Amino acid sequence: MIRLLLPPAALALLAVWPMMVSDYGLGLLIGAATYVTLASAWALFSGQTHYVSLATVAFYGTGAYAVAVLNEALPYPAVLLCAALAGAAMALAVGLSTLRLRGVYFVIFSFGLAELVRQLITWYEVNVTGTLGRYIFLDVTARGIYWQMLALGAATIALTAWINRSRLGMALRVIGDDEEVAAHSGINLARTKLAAFVLSAVILTLAGAITSPRYVYVEPSIVFNPTVSFLTVIMALLGGANRLWGPALGAVPLFLAFEWLSAHFPDTYPVLLGLLFIGVVFLVPQGILPAAERLMRRRAGA
Amino acid sequence: MTAISRRAALRAVPVGMAACLVLGTGAAAADDATVKIGYAVARTGPNATGAGITTIPNYELWVDTVNKAGGLKMPDGSQRMIEVVEYDNRSSNEDLVRAIERLASQDKVDLILPPWGTGANLAIAPLMARFGYPQLAVTAVTDKAPDFAARWERSFWMLGGGHDYAAGLVDVLSQARDAGTINGKIAVVSVADGFGIDLITGARPAFEEAGFELAYDKTYPLGTSDFAAIMSEAQASGADSFVAFSYPPGSFGMTKTAQSMGYNPKVFYISVGGAFPIYPGVADGKAEGVMAIGGVDADSPAIMDYFARHEAFAGKAPDSWASAITYASLEMLAQAVERAGLDHAALAGELSTGSFDTVIGEVKLEDNQLRDLWWVGQWQGGAFRAVNPAGKEGASVPMIPKPDW
Repeated sequence: MIRLLLPPAALALLAVWPMMVSDYGLGLLIGAATYVTLASAWALFSGQTHYVSLATVAFYGTGAYAVAVLNEALPYPAVLLCAALAGAAMALAVGLSTLRLRGVYFVIFSFGLAELVRQLITWYEVNVTGTLGRYIFLDVTARGIYWQMLALGAATIALTAWINRSRLGMALRVIGDDEEVAAHSGINLARTKLAAFVLSAVILTLAGAITSPRYVYVEPSIVFNPTVSFLTVIMALLGGANRLWGPALGAVPLFLAFEWLSAHFPDTYPVLLGLLFIGVVFLVPQGILPAAERLMRRRAGA
Repeated sequence: MTAISRRAALRAVPVGMAACLVLGTGAAAADDATVKIGYAVARTGPNATGAGITTIPNYELWVDTVNKAGGLKMPDGSQRMIEVVEYDNRSSNEDLVRAIERLASQDKVDLILPPWGTGANLAIAPLMARFGYPQLAVTAVTDKAPDFAARWERSFWMLGGGHDYAAGLVDVLSQARDAGTINGKIAVVSVADGFGIDLITGARPAFEEAGFELAYDKTYPLGTSDFAAIMSEAQASGADSFVAFSYPPGSFGMTKTAQSMGYNPKVFYISVGGAFPIYPGVADGKAEGVMAIGGVDADSPAIMDYFARHEAFAGKAPDSWASAITYASLEMLAQAVERAGLDHAALAGELSTGSFDTVIGEVKLEDNQLRDLWWVGQWQGGAFRAVNPAGKEGASVPMIPKPDW
């Protein structure tokens, strides 16, 4: 009973939180909610299948760009819908052609994808529209952005929970353990991977679309910032990419740590960031949650 | 198990690091008698170069100058020292927006200075308007400045738009052509990124309207490092004027390429980077006659004094385009505070209507924009002198044709 009631109660509490904080506090809440959503959506595909994707910002940026292009032509909900469709279409095309790649080849491809999308948009803007920057003038308040992001994040975690219990989740786990075995036990590899990839991409795209009104001005070099992809991966890994709450647990403390570091050590921040990454990979390679579970099991066994 | 294992030692490292970090943060005691000024500039990331050349040294020089003189003057004649609150925006608009929220609602600073770059200034404009802070957007080049000034009443746009710079260049070249110094053909290349596109879309119709023929017109992607092919095509086009709407890496690369292939057009124009103090070094000491965006009235005593102070303070000369304007915007701010105090509405009103005595001369904004700017400059005798608008006081006469490399 408590297990069922706890998440809605927590969500309600999070939803009223902005009423009690300053604008900066709200900015922090938005940032944290965004990274929880990104890391959870990333883990929805990559956490189970172990396909490490660095394409997060390709979708995130596409979402922001979709809003920049359409915000004056369509009502806001329709803009979000178009962004989601664009993300899904892109993920379908990309997924069909590349999910056969494995290991490091997939990582390299996914990293290149963000650059590819960025260059395509640049080429289009230069040669067709003759302008590069676009403006987003939407009457969305910071609170509105936070609530949308919170809803998206909650939906992502709920979706992950549901998938984990479904046949799709089972199939993804088998693929993550051993693709040969998965294929021989009758799992349709391509369809399973594609389904998870598209779902994850749609959420990433929506996240980009929702935050974009905060930029006002959009340019490919601004929205396709590869740091977003790296941060997402490291956050999910820190928490535990194949646990339901792992990405959220990794995203919040890391996000706050980055914020604190950049405020107090503006000059040495990148060095500390690098040390932090190395620390995560060395000390908790499986993530905090699995490590904690192991520790508890050892305690119980002893 | 009493011995310290390697694993345990490794675990201890981050704990120790965190402890050091916590101890490292000295709480800056706020003094009622100070004026808190905040800014969030790019210390890291792609914008760090531009911010490091144009924005940060001028902020620091100004704060140092004001504090050494006893602080900011208030309308009642008292003086208050400046206390700076600074954040790194990591060249990310997301972090920048949060930093501005932090400065306004957490640190409650009295004034906020803008970040470097067009995108960054636009990203914070709605926030600055909501919090009521005046925004002296210096390093933002946009043709939409009139719209923005109307949209955000307390925003001030001080570097013109791409079309202004293109029109200035066309003006210089038209006069040279009418005097018979150059032919009516232009070879133009442009970088496929924000500012380059703004300039070329402004320049194409302006050149055509002035009766020029674009004998060569090519766009190259950002990050191009080999210019030999486009430079030799430009050379073969028969144009007397070579125009590059470029960013610093391209401006420098094309200069070196032109020198090594012996390409000596009568007009050699590059864009961003041409006004940097390092340019003569890049051009191997042969910058004489090269044209670029910006320029200063190099004979004005105020500018000479500013260059000398900047060099003494920052260890390097300022750039000859936006640096002096950045510094002038800070002088405007100080004088506006002296007349109107720190109340944001009164301060914005004074900035909008007052006239100010600065290193770039007397400044008076028109519709919240600085329009009295230099569009084209040229290296002459070791200084980057403004040559257009030709009618403006302090303009030098353009040297066309440019001497060979």
